[in-house]
Amino acid sequence: MCLGVPGKLEDINGDIGAARVGAITTPVNLMLTPEARVGDFVMVHAGFALKVMDGAAVAETLNIYKSVAQTRSRLDEMCARLNETAKGLAPVNLMEVCGTHTVAIARSGIKARLPANVALISGPGCPVCVTPVGEIDMAVELALSRRARVVSFGDMLRVPGSTLNLEAARGRGAKVDIVYSPGQALAMAGREEEEIVFLAVGFETTAPIIAAAVKTAAAADLANFSVLVSHRLIPPALDALLSDPNALLDGLICPGHVSTVIGWQAYDGLARRYKVPCAVAGFEPGDILESIVMLLEMIRAGQAGVANQYSRSVRREGSQPARQAIEEVFNVVDGDWRGLGTIKNSALRLRPRFVRFDAAVKYELQARRVPEPKGCRCGDILSGRSAPADCRLFGVACLPEQPVGPCMVSSEGACSAAYLYGEAAG
Amino acid sequence: MRQEAGGRRQEAFITLAHGSGGRLAAEFIQRRLAPLFPGLGEMDDAAVLRPKGAGIAFTTDSFVVDPLFFPGGDIGRLAVFGTVNDLAVQGAKPSWLSLAVVAPEGLPLDIFDAVIASVAAAAKETGVSVVTGDTKVVERGGLSGLILNTAGIGEMIPGADLSAARITAGDAIIVSGPIGAHEVAVLSQRHSLGFDKIQSDCAQVACLAGELVGRLKDAVRWMRDPTRGGLATVLNEMAVAAKATIEIVEDQIPIEPAVQNAADILGLDPLYLACEGRFVAVVAGPRAEEALRRLKLRPGGENTAIIGSVTGVDNEHPQVRLNTRFGSRRILRYLAADQQPRIC
Ligand code: SF4
Repeated sequence: MCLGVPGKLEDINGDIGAARVGAITTPVNLMLTPEARVGDFVMVHAGFALKVMDGAAVAETLNIYKSVAQTRSRLDEMCARLNETAKGLAPVNLMEVCGTHTVAIARSGIKARLPANVALISGPGCPVCVTPVGEIDMAVELALSRRARVVSFGDMLRVPGSTLNLEAARGRGAKVDIVYSPGQALAMAGREEEEIVFLAVGFETTAPIIAAAVKTAAAADLANFSVLVSHRLIPPALDALLSDPNALLDGLICPGHVSTVIGWQAYDGLARRYKVPCAVAGFEPGDILESIVMLLEMIRAGQAGVANQYSRSVRREGSQPARQAIEEVFNVVDGDWRGLGTIKNSALRLRPRFVRFDAAVKYELQARRVPEPKGCRCGDILSGRSAPADCRLFGVACLPEQPVGPCMVSSEGACSAAYLYGEAAG
Repeated sequence: MRQEAGGRRQEAFITLAHGSGGRLAAEFIQRRLAPLFPGLGEMDDAAVLRPKGAGIAFTTDSFVVDPLFFPGGDIGRLAVFGTVNDLAVQGAKPSWLSLAVVAPEGLPLDIFDAVIASVAAAAKETGVSVVTGDTKVVERGGLSGLILNTAGIGEMIPGADLSAARITAGDAIIVSGPIGAHEVAVLSQRHSLGFDKIQSDCAQVACLAGELVGRLKDAVRWMRDPTRGGLATVLNEMAVAAKATIEIVEDQIPIEPAVQNAADILGLDPLYLACEGRFVAVVAGPRAEEALRRLKLRPGGENTAIIGSVTGVDNEHPQVRLNTRFGSRRILRYLAADQQPRIC
């Protein structure tokens, strides 16, 4: 659900740093990592440094994946370990909670190399897939009314609303822009008179960044900037999934970048309560394989704890400043999830003292409840009960260029990933 | 059913997807343009006319890009190279160009001049002459940047016989250099990402393609330049046109590290990123090494690579298969819609 890459800080100038990512350098906002120093590795997400990483561990990983031959031998070794650990186990269902894992798994073709008794199912960790139609409609309506310019991440452009998506709205004269970072939306608001509304989607990874943007807007008294908040929280959704007596989940591959913020402790209670082992994983194919090995080992031993495969970025308590930023700016409220219904304490709303930045209040927008499209089985897919191929519309009426349901929209949606990166026959 | 109705409503308007490199764009052209212009023929990258001798090739293309100037190029260079490259991958030596410019009222003249100068320089670089042209200005507010159109005529290289129908099992697939730099350079500039190291690959491929066809003649089966939709889309077009099964080896695809890094940051798949100075060629298997050697010797061809092969033709279900870095295999599909910077 959340892209992130390690970058090495080469320069710091107040709140802005220059991070080297492989062969390139890119500006990063350092508001959420006040402790960062030149030479540190930081996790970069949407133009913000989210956390200072374990530098030695990052360097070691970069080294492992440096050459093709080395990568291959590391992966082969992992596959061998995985096969060994899986031997003799009854069939297990593991859920990769995070959509970015779904894409990494699909792109690398991991599934084709798993033993027959290990199945991976895609979970609800794709913001595009779980954002309710009514909330998209609010953004579309606002953009069409031309009372404000609606700005968001590229992911949101094609999410179908009940009649139009943002891209189609733009085709009809609505003001819609894509940015890579909310920092760019702030800059637009600072530069122009125009009203700027940022459509804020995403989970705990993105929420602190939006919090930082709102705090910046408050400090600068930017009256023409506001946020349409559609954030969701992962642990309450997992709780809802696991509490379903029909759930057939034997283990969870937990999202590495959400966990970078909330820490692996967030899954402790869930693992124990539902007796389901959890492993927080990074995003290299080798990371994912290793996390599967960790889950299988726990399943073998009959344990239900939390393993942390992604220790180069994830700590027990996560990132203090990022969590604080969320806490300071947002309240936790109940939230609707596409396919999963209303989940208690699973969404964020701006606190009263930031209410002037709440676009829903400012423009008096209200989310209507919109029924799911007929025949779409996203709900079952997001909760791991069905696979995309079980949907009769899959690949026929529902295609990435003409999505029926939300799981086909984002490239990390379970249906889209299954379609675009399908395993080759023969 | 509500969704179907919604789908039809959206069809009443031009959407950005109609102009992208994907299937929707292909369908749009087939349905709305092809029936009206029989002269478009098979709609390869250029039409081949055969009045005498080896014949001539004729093509046209329009260009819009935001921003007009980006690291490694600008709209003027794009407009020349886009058209000459379409001629070149058809086996022609580009000779003449037309140029039409549509500009908005109020455009600073120095911008206009810079673009035209760039057109001239690019034409000189390629050895083509712009022999006819036109300029139109539209009312303020009707257009924000510039639109350039070029048409080009080239003379077919003797011995060239390029057609998807000639692709057979055992043919090798070659790409003339690292992919994806153009789109990343443009995105970087548009979103002020400061990836200053990344220059667009915007260039003419006429010399390289001409060398290949001139030397290997009909051992070169088919060529195309991977612009919008990138390498993955061209491979799919080829698979469909030749009813072929294609196997690509991920590790062999040349990608500059900086482009890969930028794609990782933005959440883009390099295989779908547009190039403006590369071509894909299908060459008879036994001649593949020779093709590679010849191209590598040429300026701009140093990083040519053989990335895969055709494993079968006459398939009811044409398919591009990618052997992943991870030792696994998956299907590689068409681009669904232009890629945008993502968070997830
Ligand atoms: S294939 Fe389309 S309609 Fe079916 S579940 Fe997936 S998104 Fe919904």
